[in-house]
Amino acid sequence: METIFINIEEFLTSWMVGMGLAQPWADLIITILQWTIIVLIITVNTIVLVWMERKVSGFIQERIGPNRLGPFGAFQTIADTLKLLTKEDIVPARADKLIFKTAPMFFIIVSVMLYAVLPLGNNMAVVDLNVGLFYFISLASLSTICLLMAGWGSNNKWSLLGAMRSVAQMISYEIPLVFSLLGVVMIAGSLNLTDIVTAQNRVWFIILQPVAFIIYFIAATAELNRGPFDMPEAEQELTAGAYTEYTGMRWALFFLAEYTNLVAVSVLAATLFLGGGHGPWLPSWLWIIIKTYLIMLVFMWTKWTFPRIRMDHLLSFSWKVLIPVSLANILVTGAGIELFRWMGW
Amino acid sequence: MSEHATIGVFLILTLVFPIAAMIAAWLFRAKPEPSEEKLLPYECGVDTQGPSQMRFKINYFIYALVFLAFDVETIFLYPWAAKFQSLGLFAFVEMIIFIAILVVGLWYAWKEGALKWY
Repeated sequence: METIFINIEEFLTSWMVGMGLAQPWADLIITILQWTIIVLIITVNTIVLVWMERKVSGFIQERIGPNRLGPFGAFQTIADTLKLLTKEDIVPARADKLIFKTAPMFFIIVSVMLYAVLPLGNNMAVVDLNVGLFYFISLASLSTICLLMAGWGSNNKWSLLGAMRSVAQMISYEIPLVFSLLGVVMIAGSLNLTDIVTAQNRVWFIILQPVAFIIYFIAATAELNRGPFDMPEAEQELTAGAYTEYTGMRWALFFLAEYTNLVAVSVLAATLFLGGGHGPWLPSWLWIIIKTYLIMLVFMWTKWTFPRIRMDHLLSFSWKVLIPVSLANILVTGAGIELFRWMGW
Repeated sequence: MSEHATIGVFLILTLVFPIAAMIAAWLFRAKPEPSEEKLLPYECGVDTQGPSQMRFKINYFIYALVFLAFDVETIFLYPWAAKFQSLGLFAFVEMIIFIAILVVGLWYAWKEGALKWY
């Protein structure tokens, strides 16, 4: 079971080469197949996640949640998707049309591109890039621009305010996010995600880097604009912030991109801190799924448990608490590694 | 294929995805002629006052400056962290100095009130 997907891939490649196809073309077709599977996983998974989020919030708030369509309301999100597909497309007359229309597209492109390097099991990354972690971080920070585009292009005051808030929040929390991962990189000695997973053979990095994990979790929540850090799209005061003017498919693309980012960040957390595909009995790709879902469950739990945090508190928390702590974490990690080497372990 | 070519293929395929989604939506969605009212900016039913794409007091201007400094530092820190174990004590001392400079910068920004949201 462990190598089932790799075996299928190798079988397909050798079959295509055997049929007289040149190796590069076979590789190209394999890449297209991998991309298709990833996009399918993303879209289907989002449908599951939206349902899960509503159920979890229902249970936390002592409600039942969606329960009309299908068993436990499982078909609710499918109905919602169909509804979004048939909604009319409204582009406000005063909007900056080009920016307004391209913002959701850029957002989803950036989020899907994250999956190019994520190992979804042992040796199961599309590209085993030697700077994989760096690639992930640099791409993830691009989503700030998409939100700013949406907010500015809508020509709407709610959108502008929401976009300004989200940019302030995302640039502030990006630094602790990036610094927290440095500790992991120092111990693993590599930026390659597969190498980092291999380095966790004996002990998971959440045990060696608990502070980094907590900082990563908080900063990732803020980067995703999820509660309790969802000031930029506070429904009650900004009527969804940067997304106010979007309808139908464009809004659906934003929503899809948000959940795609959530999954990507959770997979990265599982890869960097929870040992990736390492685990007893089950195959590595199943372990990744289990760990990712556990982390996403915690994300949802946090969102529906804590009240929204005020904007100024939120920013000073990042600059005055998280950044100093993450810098200290780097120093302590460095000192720890030096000490270990000095002791001869 | 080389790694970067694969990423390029991935990017081209990904560019197709939102366009395909928009075409799919175009096939299914209702297309009534929107009224003038519907195309106004949504501001909870109140007519919008003045322009929205205006000069805006960007509260995070100084945050953005400090962020820029820190973000550039990050680029230096990553290769260092990846090679930390093979560089030995020298790298550690060097990094203490580097981070000390960062901390001084952060402390100065803090002292000058740059980290305040008005």
